[in-house]
Amino acid sequence: MSEYIILSIFLFLGAFIAAAATVVGLLLGYRTRKTKNKMLPYECGMETFGNARIQFKVGYYVFALLFLVFDVEALFLLPVMANYKEIMAGNTALSPVVVVIDLVIFVAILVSGLAYAWKKGILKWE
Amino acid sequence: MFVPSITNPVGDFVREWVPKLAEYLPASIQSDTLNSIVAFLINAVICVIAVCLVNIGSAPILIYMERKVCAHVQCRLGPMRLGWHGTIQTIADVLKMLFKEVYAPAGVDKFVFFLAPLVVLIAPFMVAALIPFGENLVVADIDMGIPLIIAINGFGVLAILLGGWSSNNKYSLLGALRSGAQMISYEISFALVLLFVVMVAGSTNLMAITQTQSGTVFDWWIFKAPVLGFIAFIMFFITSTAEMNRAPFDIAEAEQELTGGYHTEYNGTPFAMFYLAEYIALVTNSSLAVTCFLGGFHAPCIGIAAVDGILTMVPGVVWFFAKVFFMIWCYMMVRWTFVRPRVDQLMSFEWKFLLPLNLLLLVAGAAYVALVG
Repeated sequence: MSEYIILSIFLFLGAFIAAAATVVGLLLGYRTRKTKNKMLPYECGMETFGNARIQFKVGYYVFALLFLVFDVEALFLLPVMANYKEIMAGNTALSPVVVVIDLVIFVAILVSGLAYAWKKGILKWE
Repeated sequence: MFVPSITNPVGDFVREWVPKLAEYLPASIQSDTLNSIVAFLINAVICVIAVCLVNIGSAPILIYMERKVCAHVQCRLGPMRLGWHGTIQTIADVLKMLFKEVYAPAGVDKFVFFLAPLVVLIAPFMVAALIPFGENLVVADIDMGIPLIIAINGFGVLAILLGGWSSNNKYSLLGALRSGAQMISYEISFALVLLFVVMVAGSTNLMAITQTQSGTVFDWWIFKAPVLGFIAFIMFFITSTAEMNRAPFDIAEAEQELTGGYHTEYNGTPFAMFYLAEYIALVTNSSLAVTCFLGGFHAPCIGIAAVDGILTMVPGVVWFFAKVFFMIWCYMMVRWTFVRPRVDQLMSFEWKFLLPLNLLLLVAGAAYVALVG
């Protein structure tokens, strides 16, 4: 339990250090007048036109969806993998053969999903 | 009641001395609960200071090292003016950074703009708390080690997307989106390679994974699982390079295409935070590679008693950091020798090569564990 208390301290430690550094920078850094040219976005040196927050292409969204599938897969496999050695050694109530068959079905479904995405041409970046 | 977490000589020393010092207090406020809370807090402060020293202290050293490695790869000398062979150059750079003006350009979403450098530092600090640096030197020795590391790594993507979107700069947005797509793609392989380690080691606790590698060099996971371990190590190397956005996978901040990528608009200390996070991530990823594949804090024994006796006299922390710096040197050499792939080559390399290979590796690893045990 106390490990998690220390970890929660560390969760805010990095953010705290960054905040402190930003405040120090604000205090120590010299200031110049905010002229129009200084406040312009650093792009091409020309007058910028339009807003940068435009709608962007959908390709990124499909990759995010695929990522979700495979990352959740990794998460589901983790508890099995952590105990896989014990299961194979026959130290648990589970039968090794059944576990292997289950794993094969699980991974086969995922691989077929990847193959489908590949065949559909979603993985092609354009 | 608090269970003492820091099981090393320093923690024991604190726990021993806090009750002794508490005897000088008035009897009315003395209690065992108070003693254990105070001891816990002192230990926590020691942990925080130690991790801050390792993380923030290593960044200037690594920046100096990177500049020297880069220079010598390109047949230059690198920084030479300040101090002996330019050793205090990075300290001068840090001071310069502190005195730069911090401001947000027009059109920037100010809240998100200043939030992004805060978020980017969370992940490296938390991962550093999970790494076992030595026999008893781990801040939080928890069973959730590997899943937690995979989860925390998501903060890196978040920070880059926040920074890129808030900047109101087309280059920043493009760099952030590219980086987001790249990092989430390679995160899958990153997770699956760690899954392989979890499978062969039989635990998700980083300390337990290290303990499975005690003995000689051939008990390290890179060699212990024949061929498979080496393939897994190479894949971890590739995916962690991509996770850190380092060259050759640095399309997020490709200078020739995107000026600076997601941190184009940043200046002063907030920019320095992105830079710092990059180098701390280098340390933590190298530490992870050392813990999972290169035997952690174990000495590289070779099975000859006389030699091993000398090697094991060196403390584990020293071995650990020697291996970490070797890994960092490898990352740097790769950065300065390979060319950057195009963005579409990068994505198809992950989805059409690394991911199928990774699934195959998992199947082969499962067969190996089932047959050999």
